[in-house]
Amino acid sequence: MEVLAYLIPISLFLGGVGLVAFVYTVRSNQYDDPEGDARRILSDEWDDKPKP
Amino acid sequence: MSSGTAACPGCVAAPAEPARPIPQDVQIALSLPGIHCSACISTVERALNATPGVEDARVNLTLKRAMIKAAPDLRAADLIPVLENAGFEAHELDPGALSATQADKAGRNLLMRLAVAGFASMNVMLLSVSVWSGAADATRDMFHWISAAIALPAIAFSAQPFFANAWSALRVRRLNMDVPIVLAILLALVTSLWETALSGEHAYFDAALTLTFFLLAGRYLDYRTRAAARSAAEELTALEVPRAIRVVDGIEEEVAVATLSVGDLILIRPGGRMPVDGEIVSGQSELDRSLLTGETLPVFAEAGTTVSAGEVNLTGPLTIRATAVGEDTSLHRMADLVAIAESGRSRYTSLADKAAKLYAPGVHILSALSFVGWYIYSGDIRTALNIAAAVLIITCPCALGLAVPAVTTAASGRLFRKGMLIKHSTALERLAEVDTVVFDKTGTLTSGTPELTNLGDHSRSDLEVALALAEASSHPLSVALTKAAREAGIKPATLKEVTEVPGYGTEGTYRGQRVRLGRAAWTGAEEGDQTAAWLAIAGQAPSAFLFSDALRPGAVEAVQALRDAGKEVILISGDTQGAVQALAGKLGIQNWIAQALPQDKATHVEALRDQGHHVLMVGDGLNDTAALAAAHVSISPASALDAARVASDIVLLGNDLSPIADACDTAVKATKRIRENFRIATVYNIIAVPLAVVGLATPLIAALAMSTSSITVSLNALRVR
Repeated sequence: MEVLAYLIPISLFLGGVGLVAFVYTVRSNQYDDPEGDARRILSDEWDDKPKP
Repeated sequence: MSSGTAACPGCVAAPAEPARPIPQDVQIALSLPGIHCSACISTVERALNATPGVEDARVNLTLKRAMIKAAPDLRAADLIPVLENAGFEAHELDPGALSATQADKAGRNLLMRLAVAGFASMNVMLLSVSVWSGAADATRDMFHWISAAIALPAIAFSAQPFFANAWSALRVRRLNMDVPIVLAILLALVTSLWETALSGEHAYFDAALTLTFFLLAGRYLDYRTRAAARSAAEELTALEVPRAIRVVDGIEEEVAVATLSVGDLILIRPGGRMPVDGEIVSGQSELDRSLLTGETLPVFAEAGTTVSAGEVNLTGPLTIRATAVGEDTSLHRMADLVAIAESGRSRYTSLADKAAKLYAPGVHILSALSFVGWYIYSGDIRTALNIAAAVLIITCPCALGLAVPAVTTAASGRLFRKGMLIKHSTALERLAEVDTVVFDKTGTLTSGTPELTNLGDHSRSDLEVALALAEASSHPLSVALTKAAREAGIKPATLKEVTEVPGYGTEGTYRGQRVRLGRAAWTGAEEGDQTAAWLAIAGQAPSAFLFSDALRPGAVEAVQALRDAGKEVILISGDTQGAVQALAGKLGIQNWIAQALPQDKATHVEALRDQGHHVLMVGDGLNDTAALAAAHVSISPASALDAARVASDIVLLGNDLSPIADACDTAVKATKRIRENFRIATVYNIIAVPLAVVGLATPLIAALAMSTSSITVSLNALRVR
């Protein structure tokens, strides 16, 4: 049962990482144009380097 | 790819933090109804970014908009041709009308709370599963304590909307759906903490969290439906950019309508709408008053004529002196009629509210009774409290909270794809009850564009002259004549000295004789009661080109389908007897009223209501606004005046009227699903509640029952699609 001492904190930490990542995506407006973003991935522009 | 947050298009649609004010950055917003693919995005962006003065342009495909950060002197009018050259239709949007900061913050808050509740409930559920599968003693206690440590802060954050709603209801001594929800959540937490402290067997932390999660999901769905409708409605408003041309010392300057004041001289170009009430100082033209009065016949206007805001100038440029601006204009006074008419929305109690009214007291009484009963029976306050909490959790309106939003989301989505925008949350329920449909004529059943009816009555040579004269003018009747004559293969005659006399018509010389096409009095003819343009050729009696208002596509089908569905169809218009009768005959409407004043329309709708009818009003003009508000439910086309769109519950986005009948069908189906959902929720309560009351419900049973009913209800809602 000692393994719980590692596993529980790890599971909580991973859950927390997911939550933080989600909060980050919401705050940086990544759900504003889901359709456009899905299409933009197909465009060749900025394939070499990210848009400044 | 979404690096620059300041320039990103969504900022205007959904600004997150007040620290990022958008309007300064985004100066121009364009609506691009035609874009649909990744090639469109890059073409538009490349075209815009290549234009001098544009600092950054970004397309939002979801909203079909482009947001452009540009040099201060660049106007949208400079960019629209750029896009048109690239093959895209573009319209300017008023960025001021687009920013819905407050509303979108609410959406983000809700999403964040939903996410927290979701993550927390998954973690707690994981721990609960180990408890259910046999963890005992110290391990179980530890799991319970960890659950408590996750659940308490998570609920304190995510359940805030429920706390706030319940508190505001309790403060005015009323019960709503949120009161039992909050009570269930709080009681579950308190008893679970107590049990955990005494190392008891059952803790309901997972139930409290999943409850919050499902209920927030319902709220979020509800919010999303309304947000989508709102952003589309906003876009319609933003399409009318409130600008006017003010003349100061002979110099024209473009200003915002809000800055105009009484006494200002304002220039209105042909095709423009009067921004204020005023008196014509110079110029001659014709005015289209149909949006205010429903009359289709244009009215002659010259210096000294008074004009009202909302009228459209047809032929010649007019300069007016403002006599009333902003709130004092007759447009606004008429819009105020809306406030006087008792709104159909405020009278209606939604199905959810009706359910809550029955449900909330019932749940409280049941839970209190089981508490008292168990206390008397066992004498143990801990057992009694545990049972009471279990009853509250089991009966908690998880499915009830999802029952309505899940259905309305599905139904609104279906109707949106057909080109209808549901603006009000109870609009569908009210639409389902409709038994009488009242239509306005001009602009609603008709498209507001004239159509030549008697082409065959004229000789070919007359038609050639008329076509030559008509081509020289952009008056709606001339445009209609040109179109009809061209389609009939007529070639224009060669005329000399063709000039347009604003307000009267066009004249020219044909084989040395003066020819005129225009108003009856100007061509020496008698004014008739039909819309007509008169052709006068010297030496001949003037002949009339008669016009009727073209029917909107789908009007015939819509009226037919509504009548087939057993609804009574009534036509009320401000237009003349003859015009209304002709249209009623064409559509097969027996019940019609002509020359109705705005008040008459509203009184008529109210009279129908007092007879016990549920009236659907379809109208577009300012003269319909009071009736739109008085009706049980109302629909207006996208071409309607802003005031009319605001007063109505549903906006028709396309030109076609036929979705109206379909919407009634969908509404009936949706209401049926909502009732079914309530029934499902009730059945599940009938099974689960006795278990809880007799003390057999475990957290496992509660979790299973809750999830099953919520999922069943959501799946049932999807059948509306």
